Amino acid sequence: MKLTARAFKYGSDINTDYIISGKYKFKSNDMEAMAVHAMEELDPDYYAKVSPEGGFLVAGTNFGMGSSREQAPLVLIHSNTKAVLAKSFARIFYRNAINTGLPVVECDTDLMDEGDELEVDLEAGIVRDLTKGTDIPFPPLPPVMATLLADGGLVEHFKKHGGFAL
Amino acid sequence: MTAPAGKTIAEKILSAHAGTDARAGDIVVADVDFVMGQDGTSPLAIRALERMGVEKVFDPAKVALVIDHSSPSPVEGVSALHTQMREFGKRTGAKIYDVGCGVCHQLIPENGHVVPGDLMVGCDSHTCTYGALNVFSTGVGSTDGAAAMASGKLWFKVPETMRFTLSGQLPAGVFSKDVILHIAGLIGADGATYMALEFDGPAIDAMSVEARMTMSNMAIEVGAKAGLMRADAKTLAWFEGRGTRTPAPVEPDPDAVYAVTHSIDLSELVPQVAKPHSVDNVSPIAEVEGTPIQQGFVGTCTNGRLEDLGIAAGILAGRTVHPDVRFIVAPASKRIYLDAMAAGYIQTLVEAGAAVVTPGCGPCVGTHNGVPSDGENVISTANRNFKGRMGNSNAFVYLGSPATVAASVIEGRITDPRKYFEGGAR
Repeated sequence: MKLTARAFKYGSDINTDYIISGKYKFKSNDMEAMAVHAMEELDPDYYAKVSPEGGFLVAGTNFGMGSSREQAPLVLIHSNTKAVLAKSFARIFYRNAINTGLPVVECDTDLMDEGDELEVDLEAGIVRDLTKGTDIPFPPLPPVMATLLADGGLVEHFKKHGGFAL
Repeated sequence: MTAPAGKTIAEKILSAHAGTDARAGDIVVADVDFVMGQDGTSPLAIRALERMGVEKVFDPAKVALVIDHSSPSPVEGVSALHTQMREFGKRTGAKIYDVGCGVCHQLIPENGHVVPGDLMVGCDSHTCTYGALNVFSTGVGSTDGAAAMASGKLWFKVPETMRFTLSGQLPAGVFSKDVILHIAGLIGADGATYMALEFDGPAIDAMSVEARMTMSNMAIEVGAKAGLMRADAKTLAWFEGRGTRTPAPVEPDPDAVYAVTHSIDLSELVPQVAKPHSVDNVSPIAEVEGTPIQQGFVGTCTNGRLEDLGIAAGILAGRTVHPDVRFIVAPASKRIYLDAMAAGYIQTLVEAGAAVVTPGCGPCVGTHNGVPSDGENVISTANRNFKGRMGNSNAFVYLGSPATVAASVIEGRITDPRKYFEGGAR
């Protein structure tokens, strides 16, 4: 699967409270409505900028630290975020992203800038920075996670196999 | 031929539950002993189960949903989600802990749902709390929780372990909260990502079970998957009368392989405070002493236990909260509330000026019961101080021990609590 979109770049240690604040997520199960608040603590315009044409959220280390809220990957999906690219991820967010079908790419993001046009090739393990003409390789997903993502997330995996088939 | 190396607590518990010889780095599918969700995460788990076409949980006696994050409900949207949870409980037989019961991470061990040696998952990141009780417990998202509720299984990457050997007697007025804040400052918010922590040593042996839970609770704040301790006589005594299951304590092997080891002498440690807006932004209290505060909070899954309320009451006895400060107290469970009343702590705290709210998570997660105003400073016993965490992005949250909070609400500014402990340890 190849994905193409512009980069929207943020820093390190972005926690799930910043991705979707507790004051919204406890009130509703409506991800479409909540998506307008995605990343609001860091960038109130995130939804307005990303949702029309889609985008990659590019970050530094420890993306998604903090709470276990699955609303975090879900509001990113519903704000038209195609994938998250970061130097490293917090553990629970990483699992939640795969389970809900949001691609996560662990790679060196230092050379990517806001607005760069990127192409992410999940199978080949390469991010192509089309603006700069550089290729940034990344290690493929562990087989268990690749299976879950290929099945369309954990719910679809369970529907297909009637339980874990890993 | 050399014998294979020994195992950490994490490797042993995951091996036993997966039926394989699991080592760090392996991926296993393991049987879980218990699955928990709270009101911020259960509705999505219920939706995932519906989408999976699953109508039953694998064992109703091994699933509980806790209404604690917005409890009692402050708005109708939350009320509807609570109704979904109650209906799920009726439909599947899963246990529902409703309004007033308390915080999930107190209720699950308090009611004997887990025992030493268990593997459990909870749809809440602070599920790592029960590591203090020799339970491999870890936070997962709602879909992982749903898969575990449906099948009684989940897949795990067996973590490497970072071991902390803690020695030295904690000085009077310095507590386990100060120790874990110190560690967060030392290794940082991603210092142990993907790893399990093991805490051991004479300083852990000397701590109460409650004080140990404060430390394991914050394992996630350094990115860890679990914060494990051995079960000793205190742990086993703590479980007496709590449920019917028999503990099966797990010890690490003497030749277990650790990714990282730290040895820390705590005998010179001073009270620690995490400054806004990150848990690893930690400094000795002297650096922030005198910072004005408008609100104090004692409670949460970190520090809302009987011992914590007792420490706060000990400082506030015969004293009063500063007139410019709101002081909010939330016992972590109904049982703790009752025990604190019996001990006289609640009387003391209320007489001093505390507002006691329903056992639950509200103030810590910004849902209700004490949202600060713009520009205000809060000193809290919670585990997180992210921007907006308490419900207002323009407020500033400092984290400290119950003693630090109690001392600070008296003076209206961040205060070193050690002056209340002169003349020896309490």
